[in-house]
Amino acid sequence: MTGLARRRFDAVIVGAGGSGMRASLQLAEAGLSVAVLSKVFPTRSHTVAAQGGIGASLGNMSEDHWLWHMYDTVKGSDWLGDQDAIEYMCRMAPQVVYELEHFGMPFDRNADGTIYQRPFGGHSANFGEKPVQRACAAADRTGHAMLHTLYQRNVRAHTQFFVEWMALDLVRDDEGAVVGVSALEMESGEVMLLEGKITLLATGGAGRIFAASTNAFINTGDGLGMAARAGLPLQDMEFWQFHPTGVAGAGVLITEGVRGEGGILLNSAGERFMERYAPNLKDLASRDVVSRSMDQEIKEGRGCGPHKDYVLLKLDHLGPEVINKRLPSIREIAIKFANVDPIKEPIPVVPTLHYMMGGIPTNMHGQVMMLASSSSGDARGVPVPGLYAVGECACVSVHGGNRLGTNSLLDLLVFGRSAGDHIVAQNLPAQSHRPLPQDAGEQSLARLARLDGAANGERVADVAADLRRTMQSHCGVFRNQQILAEGVRKVHELEARVARTAIGDKSRIFNTARVEALELDNMIEVAKATVVSAEARRESRGAQARSDYPERDDIHWLKHTLWHRDGNRLDYKPVILKPLTVESFPPKARTY
Amino acid sequence: MRFSIYRYDPEKDAAPRMQDYDIELDPHDRMLLDALIRLKTVDDSLAFRRSCREGVCGSDAMNINGKNGLACITNLKTLKEPVVLRPLPGQPVVRDLIVDMTQFFAQYHSIKPYVVDDEPPPERERLQSPEEREVLNGLYECILCACCSTACPSFWWNPDKFVGPAGLLNAYRFIADSRDHDLEWRLDNMQDPYRLFRCHSIMNCVDVCPKGLNPTRAIGNIKSMVVKRAV
Repeated sequence: MTGLARRRFDAVIVGAGGSGMRASLQLAEAGLSVAVLSKVFPTRSHTVAAQGGIGASLGNMSEDHWLWHMYDTVKGSDWLGDQDAIEYMCRMAPQVVYELEHFGMPFDRNADGTIYQRPFGGHSANFGEKPVQRACAAADRTGHAMLHTLYQRNVRAHTQFFVEWMALDLVRDDEGAVVGVSALEMESGEVMLLEGKITLLATGGAGRIFAASTNAFINTGDGLGMAARAGLPLQDMEFWQFHPTGVAGAGVLITEGVRGEGGILLNSAGERFMERYAPNLKDLASRDVVSRSMDQEIKEGRGCGPHKDYVLLKLDHLGPEVINKRLPSIREIAIKFANVDPIKEPIPVVPTLHYMMGGIPTNMHGQVMMLASSSSGDARGVPVPGLYAVGECACVSVHGGNRLGTNSLLDLLVFGRSAGDHIVAQNLPAQSHRPLPQDAGEQSLARLARLDGAANGERVADVAADLRRTMQSHCGVFRNQQILAEGVRKVHELEARVARTAIGDKSRIFNTARVEALELDNMIEVAKATVVSAEARRESRGAQARSDYPERDDIHWLKHTLWHRDGNRLDYKPVILKPLTVESFPPKARTY
Repeated sequence: MRFSIYRYDPEKDAAPRMQDYDIELDPHDRMLLDALIRLKTVDDSLAFRRSCREGVCGSDAMNINGKNGLACITNLKTLKEPVVLRPLPGQPVVRDLIVDMTQFFAQYHSIKPYVVDDEPPPERERLQSPEEREVLNGLYECILCACCSTACPSFWWNPDKFVGPAGLLNAYRFIADSRDHDLEWRLDNMQDPYRLFRCHSIMNCVDVCPKGLNPTRAIGNIKSMVVKRAV
């Protein structure tokens, strides 16, 4: 047994963003002992950067219905989303938004005192008929307001946070049950084992594996790396969303809410080109559709600027009042990162990597699922004992091939809460901890020992930069067999380089070079899963657009990918087309 | 571009020192954070916090040429060389540009930073008029970066007793919220010579806030409420 210090809790939560803190709130309020680990102070988690809103059919602006929201989500997912989970999420949406308001969330308000809602991409009334205002917003700082509100509510509930602790590896026993995590306290450099009767991963996305990304530096896919190293599969990793409007050159996000409030995209001829690609919803079509259209315009020479490599987001016609009231941060970002004041000039934008639709496979309770070897379990498989995952690191799957704007914050709230409730229902205080395996923590100590022992090797920053460039060139908006096969080869070469990195900084105290090296171990797993899954899927669906297979192929590919680290093996499992209580939305052509 | 950066690793250094760097920047390096990341590729031992790189998470607050700010939204063109970088003033230094923020967050926690409403909630949202909501603008946007509190002499001298501008701005955010029902406690909580009244309106907080917020005004509002209640 390693001599590592140990601490015991009913539950260990890794990650203090929206989903981790929504789950921890349920647990702490039920009186469980819960440890929440986070690489950063909770309000610095990436949820803070969400701008536009939370999708929920409150109907505050005009008639709306959760079934319409469900239809939009299924269609947005290009039918890869599981319809039972989508029904659950859309039905729960109003309740979790009202709860958030009760927690103190400073939503914008209508004249009658209800929550203000704005239009957003892909959201429609009456099954695609016309845009609907469904995004519950706090100006263009919805994620900030939500994350702070959840933190504040956790302060009230006395949740125990382990701030600036990086989880390193899952600890699994001989029966495959997860019994806790090993973790590094960044300030002291000490490694500890945190035992939990339940471990919940809420580590967010991994957008930093791409060169141009809206994601924060902390989004390195730590939970996915931990799961992969522990022998668990990753689902649908070929599906990454490119947000239509990242500031050209800087990557900083400009919310879809800009187009929700009336902003439009223009090409070099000053043409509102989305009218051609999506005659009905135009600039408010789904993100994958808008991003591909922008890319097409640029490819065909109608991009703007000296290199014709971006398009323009025009919003000056909204007037200073709307911009200052509804989009104040966007104005700030445009001035700081694009040198333009959007009250007067359009913002140069390009499709920018934004969100990971895939992740650790779970059911609607957040339990992590493995395919069953026998006939036991349901279409999702059987739960891995002791392990949950929620939020962007998880794949339940409500986003399928393409996530609708506003459904990410909703996902955090709905499944953070449902996982919390499911954990509380197990009466953990009455259960005892499973014994730790003899080798608990050894895997992590070996990783750290390699870094400490490596006198020379490649710089972490160089390997990480090459990884990001490779993913950008070989897993971008448009893909084909040659580009992807080359990407697979390059990522495998990078994997060998990751194992040979060295750091100059050997200090124990707040060693950020060590943290970045450990993050790279996670990023490479995410990159492999992505490019291997993408190469194998010979169709275009949602965010996976292949020029060599331009059509969706429901006969062969209406199924979820499962990538296993061991041998880069791929499995598939069926998409759940049967909702909980309503009629299924069968696959059909997807037009906006 | 030339930099002079505060370095201190308690494991190696007997005392803090300033280290000079001269580094060629890339034309795409726009903000101070871009330059720091480039410096870190040359010297990976340089420690600083960062995350969102767009001024909303509050991680990379530091003292830049004598003034507190966020590295990620400080344009390099605005900086005089050598750029002198120090950790936020008045806080214990963990390492290099990283400070221990325990005291800062303890003060934030001391103001009950959440809406208190013991009434059972309605089935839908509680109603709040646009005018009532408007009052929260300029308050709820705080990112807890600590630029303000660590620029405040009153906070330097009494970080354990004076709530500081960030904590007080947030205190007023809950006092001002029409949904909060804990006004008496919130004003009682300010009723000593230090917690609120150590603010002498020096306004360093307003000068440095990277989000353009005005803690001094919020503090003035609380002061007048406390005084009004006393008479």
